[in-house]
Amino acid sequence: MGAGSAAGAALPAEHVRVSRLTRLLESEKLLASVLLVPGLAILLIFIAYPFVMALWYSLTSIRVGDPGQFVGLANFTKAWNDTIFQTAFKNTVFYTFWATIFKLALGMWLALLLNRTFRFKRIIRASMLLPFIVPTVLSAFAWRWMFDPTFSVMNWVLYHSGVITDRLPFLSDGDWAMWCAVLVNTWRGMPFFAITLLAGLQTISPDLHEAAALDGANAWNRFWHVTWPLLLPVTLVVVVFSVIQTFSDFQLIYVLTGGGPANSTHLIATYAYQVGVASGLLGEGAALSLFMFPVLFAVVWIQLRFMKRMEGA
Amino acid sequence: MANVTIRNLNKKYDGGFHAVKDVNLEIRDKEFMVLVGPSGCGKTTTLRMVAGLEEITSGEILIGAEVVNDLPPMDRNIAMVFQNYALYPHKSVYQNMAFGLQMRKYPKHEIEKRVREAAEILGIESLLERKPRQLSGGQRQRVAVGRAIVRHPEVFLFDEPLSNLDAMLRVQMRVELKRLHERLETTAIYVTHDQVEAMTLGDRVVVMKDGWVQQVGEPLELYGKPLNRFVAGFIGSPAMNFVDVTVSDSSGVLWADADGLRLKVPPQLVERVRAHAGKRIAIGVRPEALHLASGSDLPEYSFDTAVDVVEPLGNEILVNFRAGGAPMVARVDPAVRLKARQNIRVALDPERVHFFDDKSGAAI
Repeated sequence: MGAGSAAGAALPAEHVRVSRLTRLLESEKLLASVLLVPGLAILLIFIAYPFVMALWYSLTSIRVGDPGQFVGLANFTKAWNDTIFQTAFKNTVFYTFWATIFKLALGMWLALLLNRTFRFKRIIRASMLLPFIVPTVLSAFAWRWMFDPTFSVMNWVLYHSGVITDRLPFLSDGDWAMWCAVLVNTWRGMPFFAITLLAGLQTISPDLHEAAALDGANAWNRFWHVTWPLLLPVTLVVVVFSVIQTFSDFQLIYVLTGGGPANSTHLIATYAYQVGVASGLLGEGAALSLFMFPVLFAVVWIQLRFMKRMEGA
Repeated sequence: MANVTIRNLNKKYDGGFHAVKDVNLEIRDKEFMVLVGPSGCGKTTTLRMVAGLEEITSGEILIGAEVVNDLPPMDRNIAMVFQNYALYPHKSVYQNMAFGLQMRKYPKHEIEKRVREAAEILGIESLLERKPRQLSGGQRQRVAVGRAIVRHPEVFLFDEPLSNLDAMLRVQMRVELKRLHERLETTAIYVTHDQVEAMTLGDRVVVMKDGWVQQVGEPLELYGKPLNRFVAGFIGSPAMNFVDVTVSDSSGVLWADADGLRLKVPPQLVERVRAHAGKRIAIGVRPEALHLASGSDLPEYSFDTAVDVVEPLGNEILVNFRAGGAPMVARVDPAVRLKARQNIRVALDPERVHFFDDKSGAAI
C-alpha cells in the first residue's frame, strides 16, 4: 500500500480534516449522540419545560400580570372542592368511557365489513377517513348548527316527519349536550379505529379462519376465538391512544357547547382553559389541568404492563 | 369412513381464469389419493372445493352417498392439514387440538381422551402446554396433523403439508404420514407438487396440468405406462429423456431418425408407430433404460456419443451427454469410471422405449 499512503500525504489539508470528522462519526456512540440531540432538544423545549413550568405555576398564585407567590397545594384543594371541577371531572370520565366504547364497537364492525372484498373497495376505504381528516373545529361547527336550538336540521326533519311534537333540547340541556358530544366524538374518532383495526385484521392469515371453519366454528366463534384474540394487541394500542386523546379533548367541547349550558358540559381541559387563560388565573388553571396527569399515567402504565405480559406469554 | 366422488368438476374464477376443468375422480374408501402437478394445475383448488372453502362453478362432489356441494365446511365431516399449518397462535397445543371438538360440543373427558390419544400417536405428549411459536417446524406439523385426527373425520385433506419442512424432515414425516394412514385407515386426499412424495405416499396418484386430469393410476403404472409426454416427463427423477425423431419405413422395418442417431422401432411398438411413418414423433427413454453398450447389445439400439458431465451420486452415476440434438441422462453402474469428453457407446433397452405423438403428446 506504499502508493496509497504516498497519495494520501499529498492531499490538501482540508480533505484530511473532512476525513478526520468522518472517522470520528464512524464511532457509533458519538454518531448516536449527535443524531439524538435535535430530538432531545425538541422534547426539552416543548414538552419538559412547559410541564415543569405547569408544575411550578400550580403551586403559586400566579395570574396574568402578577407573578404571585408560593401557595403550596392551595390551588389543588380549591379545585378539589370546586363543584364545577367535580362536574367537569365526571363529564370527562363519562365522555371518555362512552366515546371509547362506541368508537371501538363501531370501528370494529366497520373494519370487519371493510375487510371483505367488494366493489370500489379502495375508494370506500379511503373516503371513510374523511371525518378524521376534516379539522375538528370545522366539523364541530357543522355539528353545532345541526344541533342548534332554532335552526337544527334534525329537529326540522323529526318534527316535519311527525316523529316529535316538541323540539329536542340537543345542546340546551346538560345531559343531552354530553350525549351529543359523545356522538360527535364517536363520529370523528371511529375512522381511526376502523383503519387501524383493519390493518390489524389484514395481518391475520385467512388460513386460520378456514381452519376454524373446518373445525366447526360459526362466524361468531371465528370472531371470538380467532379474530379477537389475535387483534387484541392492536386493539389495546388504539384504545389507549383514544383514551388519552379523548380524556384530554378540548376543541370539540369548546366549539360545540363552550362548557355550557351553565358549566354543565365542561371537560377538565375546557375548564382549565376557562380558569387559567380566559380568567387569567394561571396557577389555578395549571392545577386543574394537572389532575389529568395521574389518570393518563395510570392508563399508559396498565397498557405497558399488559403488553409485556402478552409478549411474555 | 367414506369414498369421495368428483363428477365433472369445474372452477372458473371471476376474472375468467378456468382453474379446474371437467375433473372426474372416484376416491375409494380408505384410499390414499395424491393429486400432483406443477403450480397452477388446479390441484389445490380441487382440494379446496372438496373442503368447501372454494365455491364449485359446476359439477358435483359426493362424500359417501351425499352430495356436499352446498354443505358448509363444518358439516362435511372432513379435516384438513394446511401448508403453513394454520395453528391458532394464541392457543396452546392442547387447545389447538381440542378446538374442533369443543366447537362440536363434545364432553370434556372425551376431548381430553382424544387429544391425549392423538398426542401419543404423534409423539407430542410433552408439548401439549406449549404455544405454536415455541415449536419447531416438524413439531408444528405434527400438531396440525393431530388437530385433524382428533376429530375422527371421514376424509383427511392435506394441502402440501410437508413443503415448509427441510429435506431431511420431509422424508421422515413422509414415512410417518404413511404409517399413520395405515393405522387410521381413513380416506385421504393429498396435494403436492413433489412427484417423489406423490409416488411414495399414494395408493393412487392423479397427475394434473392446466386444470385437466392427465392420468390417474397407481404409482408404478404412471411410471411404467405414462399416457402422455407430460406425465412421462413429470414422474421420475431425473426426468425421462426425449428426442424428436422422424419415422421412416425401409422395406417393412421402421426406423426412428434424428441428427446422428438411428434407432430401430422395437417390435412391440411397430404396429402402433407405423401410422406415423414419415412424420415427426418423440421418443422417450428413462435414464435407467440406458446403459453403456457391451458386446451383447444390438447395434440397432446403440449409438455413439461423448460424455458431457458426470454426476457421481455414490449408489449410481448420472452421465449427461447429447444424442439426436437433445440432452440426455443415463443412470449407470457406480463402478464405471468416466471422464468428461470421453467417447462412449450407449445402448437402450428396447423393452422400455416410449413414443409420443408430436402434437398431442399422447403415448403411441
